[in-house]
Amino acid sequence: MHDTVSINKQNSVSIRDLSLSFGSVKVLENLNLDIRDGEFLVLLGSSGCGKSTLLNCIAGLLEPTEGQIFIKDKNVTWEEPKDRGIGMVFQSYALYPQMTVEKNLSFGLRVAGLPKEEIAKRVARAAGILQIEPLLKRKPAELSGGQRQRVAIGRALVRDVDVFLFDEPLSNLDAKLRSELRVEIKLLHRQLQNTMIYVTHDQIEALTLADRIAIMKSGVIQQLDDPMIIYNRPKNRFVASFIGSPSMNFLKGELAEEGGRTVFKADGVRFSLDGYQADEALSPGRRVILGVRPEHIKVDGDIQGGEVHDAVVEIEEPMGADNLLWLKHAGHAVAARIGGARRYAVGTKVRIGFDMSMASLFDAETEERI
Amino acid sequence: MADVSTLNTTAAGIDAISRGLVSGPRGRKPKRVLSRRNIMLYGALTVAALYYLLPLYVMVVTSLKGMPEVRLGNIFAPPMEITFEPWVKAWAQACTGLNCDGLSRGFWNSVRILVPSVVVSIAVASVSGYALANWRFKGAELFFSILIIGAFIPYQVMIYPIVIVLRELGIYGTLTGLVIVHTIFGMPILTLLFRNYFASLPVELFKAARIDGAGFWQIYFRIMLPMSLPIFVVAMILQVTGIWNDFLFGVVFTRPDTYPMTVQLNNIVNSVQGVKEYNVNMAATLLTGAVPLIVYFVSGRLFVRGIAAGAVKG
Ligand SMILES: Nc1ncnc2c1ncn2[C@@H]1O[C@H](COP(=O)(O)OP(=O)(O)O)[C@@H](O)[C@H]1O
Ligand SMILES: [Mg+2]
Repeated sequence: MHDTVSINKQNSVSIRDLSLSFGSVKVLENLNLDIRDGEFLVLLGSSGCGKSTLLNCIAGLLEPTEGQIFIKDKNVTWEEPKDRGIGMVFQSYALYPQMTVEKNLSFGLRVAGLPKEEIAKRVARAAGILQIEPLLKRKPAELSGGQRQRVAIGRALVRDVDVFLFDEPLSNLDAKLRSELRVEIKLLHRQLQNTMIYVTHDQIEALTLADRIAIMKSGVIQQLDDPMIIYNRPKNRFVASFIGSPSMNFLKGELAEEGGRTVFKADGVRFSLDGYQADEALSPGRRVILGVRPEHIKVDGDIQGGEVHDAVVEIEEPMGADNLLWLKHAGHAVAARIGGARRYAVGTKVRIGFDMSMASLFDAETEERI
Repeated sequence: MADVSTLNTTAAGIDAISRGLVSGPRGRKPKRVLSRRNIMLYGALTVAALYYLLPLYVMVVTSLKGMPEVRLGNIFAPPMEITFEPWVKAWAQACTGLNCDGLSRGFWNSVRILVPSVVVSIAVASVSGYALANWRFKGAELFFSILIIGAFIPYQVMIYPIVIVLRELGIYGTLTGLVIVHTIFGMPILTLLFRNYFASLPVELFKAARIDGAGFWQIYFRIMLPMSLPIFVVAMILQVTGIWNDFLFGVVFTRPDTYPMTVQLNNIVNSVQGVKEYNVNMAATLLTGAVPLIVYFVSGRLFVRGIAAGAVKG
C-alpha cells in the first residue's frame, strides 16, 4: 500500500535498506520505511526486537552498517546527531542531574551559541506549552517522574526540530500518569504538527497515538498500517497475536467444502466461514489457522444469526467495563468478551457464535493472512 | 455461588487472629542488648581496634618523651613531661647521611612529586576512562586489554628498563623523572576506575548531550565532570596515599638531595651513627604518615560514597 520506494517530497524521514549488526549479531536487516511529513508513527514490538536501535540510527547515535537515512529529503546518513533536525526523548528521561530545569532546556541552545534573548524566548515558549514554568529553577532530582519526562520533551521542543524521536517515554511512569501523558503527547502533536516517531512495546500506546503503526519482530517490520487495519486485518499471525489483549483466539485446522460453502474444520469443530473476506482463494484442503478476537465471539443474546455452537464457562474474569469468559468448546479453549454487566457462573452452558467478517485466516505454514 | 462452609471457617480464622492480637506479640520485636551474639561481635571489634590503635598510642607517647624517659623502657606509660623537642628535631635537624636538615627537605620533595603526579595522572586517566566508556574508537578494546594487563604486572620487573629509559631521556634522578613514573604507573588502575564509573552512568545522558550538539570536551566538562566528584575523590585518595607512601620508586629514581620523605625517614630511622633516638624516630614516622592520615580524615566519607557510587545511578 505505502510501499513507494521513491523519495517524494511528502516524506519527512526515509530509511533505505538499513542494516545494522553488533559484531555478528544482525539487529536490523534491509529495513525500508517512509514516514510522512507531520505523521505520528509508532514503532511497536517486543523488547529486544531492534526498535531502539532503529531510532538511534535515525538520531545518528548509532552508525548503520549498510543503507541510507533521509530526513527532509537530505541524506543525513553521515551527519552528526545535532545536524539532523531531530530531538529525542528517552525512557530514563536523561536529564542532566546537576543542571536546573532551565539549564537542561537551554543546554543545546547554549552549546549552539545562540544569543541570550533567543534562548530565553525559546525556553519560555517550551515551558509554556508543557506547563513547567514553576519548575524552571528546580533540579531534576526534585521533580516527579511525569515532570521529568515533561522537561525531557521540552528539551526537544526548544531546539525547534523537524522530527521528534521518542524511545519508550512513558515506560517508567505508573499507569495513571502514563495515560495522562499519553493524551498530552497526542495534544502536543496536534499543536505542533511535527513528525513524531514513537517507540513502545505497549500496544495501547500504539493504538491510541499512532497515525500509522509499524510492528517489528527481530528487526523486520511486519506490518505498517493504520491502527484499525492492524487490529482488524493483521497481515500475519505474529501481528494478530501481538495486538489485542487478551490475545486473539487461534485454532489450527483446514479448509473444506460442504454444500458449496467453505468451512473451517479442526478436530471436533466445524465453522462456516460465511462472511469472511478472503484475500486469496480459499481452496479446500489448505491447512490454516483461524483467528478470532474475544469480542468477535458472541455469547447467547449477542448472537445475530449465523451458526451457533455450544460451550461451557470455565472461568470468568470481570474487568469492570467488560467481562471475559474463558470457554471450552469441543475441547478447545476460547476467550469471549461480553458486557461487564452480564455475569456467568462457572460451569454454565452457553451458546456462542463467531463473527466471521471480523475473523482472520492465516496459512498454517507461512502464517500469512489469506 | 461461594460455598457456605468455607465462609464459616474463614470467619472463625479471623476471629482467632483478632483474639491473638490482644495479648500476643505486637510491633517491633524487642532485642536483648547483652545477647551472646552482641558480646562476640563487639568483643571482636574491640580487640581489632586495640590491635591497630595500640601501636599508634605507643608512637605518640614516645614521640612526646625526652630520651631519658624513653630509656626507662615503660613504652605504654604516658609522658611524665611532655616535650615537642623530638618533633622539632625530626622536622629540622635529624641527620640523614651527609646533611642534617631533618625531614623538611624530604617533605617538600614529596610535595613536589605528589602534586604534579596526582593532577596529571587523574586528568589523563579521567579523560581516557571517559573516552573508553563513551566513545567507541578504533582499537578501544585492544587499548583496554593492554591497560588491564598493565594493572597486574608487578612493578619490580619494569624498574630496570625504566631506569634506562629515563637515563636516555636525561631525566634520571630528577623529580620530573619520578613524576613521570608515578603518572604512568597510576594510569591502568585509574583509567579502569574512571572507565567503570563513567560506564555506570546512564548512557542516555551521553546520547542526550550529543543530540544537544555537545562534542567530546563539552560533554566531558559540562556533563560528566559535574557528576563525578565522588570518583575524583576516590582517585585522589588512591593517588595521594599511593604516591606519598611510595618507597621503591623513590629510592630507585631519585638522588639523595631529591629523596622523597619516605626514603628520608628510612635513612633517619636506620642511621647507624650515634645513639638510637626512638622519640625522634617516632616523631619522624608520624610526620611522614600525617599526609595520608589527614587525607583520610578529611575525605573519608566521600571516599566511601565514591566506592559505593557504582551502585548509585544519577
Ligand atoms: N550495544 C549493543 N551491543 C550488542 N548488542 C546490542 C547492543 N544494543 C542492542 N543490542 C542488541 O540488539 C537487539 C535490539 O536491541 P534494542 O534495539 O535495544 O531493542 P528494543 O526493541 O527493546 O529497543 C537486542 O537483542 C540487543 O541485545
Ligand atoms: Mg528499547
